Amino acid sequence: MSAPISSPAPRIEPMAAESPLTGFRTLLYKETLRFWKVSFQTVAAPVLNALLFLLIFSHVLDRHVTVYGEVAYTSFLVPGLVMMSVLQNAFANSSSSLIQSKITGNIIFVLLPPLSYREFYAAYVIASTLRGLMVGGGVLAVSALFVDVPMANPLWVLTFAVLGGVILGSFGVIAGIWADKFDQLAAFQNFLIMPLTMLSGVFYSIHSLPQFWQDVSHFNPFFFMIDGFRYGFFGQSDTSPWLSLGVVSLCFVVLAALTLAMLARGYKLRS
Amino acid sequence: MTVLAIRIHGVVKHYGALQALGGVDLEIGQGEFFGLLGPNGAGKTTLISALSGLVRPDGGSIAVMGHDVVSDYRNARRNLGVVPQELVFDPFFSVRELLRIQSGYFGIRNNDDWIDEILASLDLTHKASANMRALSGGMKRRVLVAQALVHRPPVIVLDEPTAGVDVELRQGLWQFIRKLNRDGHTIVLTTHYLEEAETLCGRIAMLKSGRVVALDTTANLLRRFATHSLRVRLADPARGVEIGGVAGESGWVDFSFDSYADVETLLARLREVGAGLAEMQLGEPDLERVFVEVMHRA
Repeated sequence: MSAPISSPAPRIEPMAAESPLTGFRTLLYKETLRFWKVSFQTVAAPVLNALLFLLIFSHVLDRHVTVYGEVAYTSFLVPGLVMMSVLQNAFANSSSSLIQSKITGNIIFVLLPPLSYREFYAAYVIASTLRGLMVGGGVLAVSALFVDVPMANPLWVLTFAVLGGVILGSFGVIAGIWADKFDQLAAFQNFLIMPLTMLSGVFYSIHSLPQFWQDVSHFNPFFFMIDGFRYGFFGQSDTSPWLSLGVVSLCFVVLAALTLAMLARGYKLRS
Repeated sequence: MTVLAIRIHGVVKHYGALQALGGVDLEIGQGEFFGLLGPNGAGKTTLISALSGLVRPDGGSIAVMGHDVVSDYRNARRNLGVVPQELVFDPFFSVRELLRIQSGYFGIRNNDDWIDEILASLDLTHKASANMRALSGGMKRRVLVAQALVHRPPVIVLDEPTAGVDVELRQGLWQFIRKLNRDGHTIVLTTHYLEEAETLCGRIAMLKSGRVVALDTTANLLRRFATHSLRVRLADPARGVEIGGVAGESGWVDFSFDSYADVETLLARLREVGAGLAEMQLGEPDLERVFVEVMHRA
């Protein structure tokens, strides 16, 4: 082997990092800016979609259905739609960002810098949660102009909204890393996320279902996210909010662990 | 003892049954302009990817400026800038936004002075506010170089940076890279343009099937492997072929020889066989011949 040639040129030092958190904060900022730059598509459009659901269902059912004894159907529906928006948009954010970056190849700009897999996870999931909360907040704010929506316990509302956003943000990271093509991601969204959301009690109380389907609903973690979230509004729910909190927290821990394990291994990112 | 810019020791990488790297050893000193050459599939990009943490080797170790790329990846990556082969970009951002974001990933904020300097050096100042989608291919390529330099890394890897780039941009890019090298940056270059490697690189490694098959200074490689060539146009080309020439078009015949002393003998033989010399061109040894010879022997 020929020996390396030493150069008389001065030794170059890389620029010093200002803070160990700057890399993470920058990735979070970039992921937030990414959806904010197209907020008409990523925030305004989902808010409008949810409001259309509200308009149609309230027009058809409001005079015919009450829930928990005296809650008007439209009031009952609003938290469900808010949480559905949080969940779907949190998933859409991380999954679409990752698959776009993978397919266009610009994921390399995140993989080359000295970011740890934990920072990677936290930035993508927090940005997704922020988008989910922004859309959910938008749906709630506009709905509140037309519908009486009580909020019995805001802390429960916030806890379930954040946990739901974090869980679906993690789910989005898994889907975005796993999928190699947009149609694989669409399959994930259409055949898993959408049915689980729609059949989770967004539009109905599970007590209105036959016993068999009530039992089946208890195997759907999305049911617990929405039921716990709804408890924060009405102080009533289909099942104990503590049980919901337990199930949702367990889901978060399992999904976070799975996502972190994938990232630590570099699954489909670092071959 | 001076720390090596890059130390690669026994690096092995398999993709299923395919061996992409079969125990590569390389040492590159600080301030070198080093060429990594090889045919397609030789393992150049895999080696660069292993160096930059995009690929995890099955065995061996790699260090950048003394920092192991696995156990001390943060410091290794801070010391390394990579210009990728593919023309990739993030369509959501302007050039300046991208460079600020890239700085931030490396822990550096308020880096506009250095960003401005890079933009000016790469003639991109007037495009700083333009969205990446609005740039030409050549400009996108320059932004890729800027992104790799944004944290001022001592070691810069350029993976085929001039593929599909026009001559003017190529010249400008090399002037800039040469200046970086003069300033003390270590440059590692992969390219299929062998004349570029010959002109720029002080030392060259050639890879074939995941192994280093030649490693030396460019001058030594040219001396060791390349033969000189004599091109003659003959009145009777068949006579030239009889004494070992290779027939070309329009009466031209090519001869190879090892040293200039052989020219005399060759011309004497042409006269002996009555080939009728009409024109003559002497060819210098070049890296392309070395490359072909090394790949043939390996």
